[in-house]
Amino acid sequence: MKDIIQATGLVKRYGEVVALDGLDLSVREGTIVALLGPNGAGKTTAVSVLTTLIEPDEGSATVAGVDVLKDPAEVRKLIGLSGQYAAVDKDLTGYENLDMIGCLYHLGRKRARSRARELLDRFDLADAADRPVKTYSGGMRRRLDLAGALVAESPVLFLDEPTTGLDLISRRELWRLIRTLVDQGTTLLLTTQYLEEADRLADDVLVIDKGKAIAHGTVDELKDMVGGERIEIKVADREDLPAAHEVLGRVAVGELQGDERSRTVVAPVTGGARELAGVLQLFESNEVPVSEVVLRRPTLDDVFLALTGASAESREQTSEPAKPGRRGRGSR
Amino acid sequence: MNFLTALGDGLVIARRNLIKLKRVPDVLVFVLLSPIMFVLLFAYVFGSAIDIPGGSYREFLMGGIFGQTVIFGATFTGAGLAEDMQKGIIDRFRSLPMSRAAVVLGRTASDVIYNVITLTVMAITGLIVGWRIRGSLLDALAAFLLLLLFAYSVSWVMALLGLSVPSPEVLNNASFIVIFPLTFIANTFVPAESLPTVLRVFAEWNPISSLVQAVRELFGNIPPGAPEPASWPLQNPVIYTVLCACLIIAIFAPLAVRRYVRVAKKS
Repeated sequence: MKDIIQATGLVKRYGEVVALDGLDLSVREGTIVALLGPNGAGKTTAVSVLTTLIEPDEGSATVAGVDVLKDPAEVRKLIGLSGQYAAVDKDLTGYENLDMIGCLYHLGRKRARSRARELLDRFDLADAADRPVKTYSGGMRRRLDLAGALVAESPVLFLDEPTTGLDLISRRELWRLIRTLVDQGTTLLLTTQYLEEADRLADDVLVIDKGKAIAHGTVDELKDMVGGERIEIKVADREDLPAAHEVLGRVAVGELQGDERSRTVVAPVTGGARELAGVLQLFESNEVPVSEVVLRRPTLDDVFLALTGASAESREQTSEPAKPGRRGRGSR
Repeated sequence: MNFLTALGDGLVIARRNLIKLKRVPDVLVFVLLSPIMFVLLFAYVFGSAIDIPGGSYREFLMGGIFGQTVIFGATFTGAGLAEDMQKGIIDRFRSLPMSRAAVVLGRTASDVIYNVITLTVMAITGLIVGWRIRGSLLDALAAFLLLLLFAYSVSWVMALLGLSVPSPEVLNNASFIVIFPLTFIANTFVPAESLPTVLRVFAEWNPISSLVQAVRELFGNIPPGAPEPASWPLQNPVIYTVLCACLIIAIFAPLAVRRYVRVAKKS
């Protein structure tokens, strides 16, 4: 299979802030690739470069063989984009939004109309089709925005944090819709800060941090990179935590992770179920009461932790230096 | 092909703007009320105070009010664009294979419709307070077309301004700085001949004066016995106004489109 998205050495600086620092990436046709990283890792900047919204300071990129820098107009004919902020007109109805987008993709009046109705049906928005978007819920706006990216049945789709800020039900619903897209051979590059999202949707994951790719592979490959399994023990009493650390320390093949509030300790191990039985015996003989126990494959959070030395989830909360963004973003 | 695409995409955007005008009635209320207010205010406050021998000052005023109002209306173009640029929909537009000129082209086009509405309301109000079209119907039609053409050209100036300010609020202030002197140092409310020399020369060559002069002539609202204008623009007001409008469009349309592309890119 050939690479339908290709980027080499992308660099983008905003004054002092380096948003992209020599990013390379390639996406094979018909696959879903997730750009995974914390806030400020450069995910949105990467998508903006590939969708011709901004020009990189250095590097080059092609989408479906077309050079993003030399022929941006041609690239726009081949892509659909759904951004982090629902890019729909809130005074227009859902139908009018999609119809307008269809016209601007030059589908022709008739095709734009039928396509709008078709997508509204598919995204469960038919009942709300003729209501102004300002009456929609957040989840409905996102679905409409996603539908907007699909209007022209573009071969390459970019979804920038499609589910950020959505509740769990809306998120699951959106995942289901996204999965069905790629059954039809569409190539999809999506960015996410949710490890579960990458796990659920992506064939390949590109972990990026500080504007650079730091790991690349299937979800399973990334997990193998970190290796082994994890034993997660929750003790009944907080006072037993040091004892649990001590016991697990004897079997762990790497560093332990502890969380005092949830009274859990996580140990990387290699022996699987047999090892788990041994560990439980050790807890028994040391008279440390265990309230919950889990043996699992590493999660992408473990992967991120191992690669960057910081938890992706915890870094989401740290504030990033504000990028000189578009005007008025803050007002939304 | 490029030109046709721009035109087609511009129409799509214009349609969107008109839907928004319909949906957000407070804008429409302003579009309808301000011309009524202008006509009543000027007709009764000034119109009753000043006497013109042999003519009606109220009739003389109408041409000026027509001119001033459509030019004030052009701020809509700038405000609309400044507002659009803050909205997420612009991100969508930028990723679509549409003409780069479409957003600005569509905005100036939909503002022609605003102006048609404004002129209609204003003309009806004028007729109620005693203004009359004394020339032929064809001339009257030409007057309205001339007003629309000139307003369209000013729309492009305001488009550039709207794309250069950080927010719609700044635009209102910035545009008044341009519009007020332009509409007042003219023959809109007083004959240009009565102004002191420097201002008189400015007023005589001010295209707003020629627009107003042309409209007065075409509506037959020049009082009998009024002195023949001394300057070329006011002697040939229709030609001069059309020339100025074309020149303004030729200069500001490319500047506004280029500005749009630049502002849209900066993110």
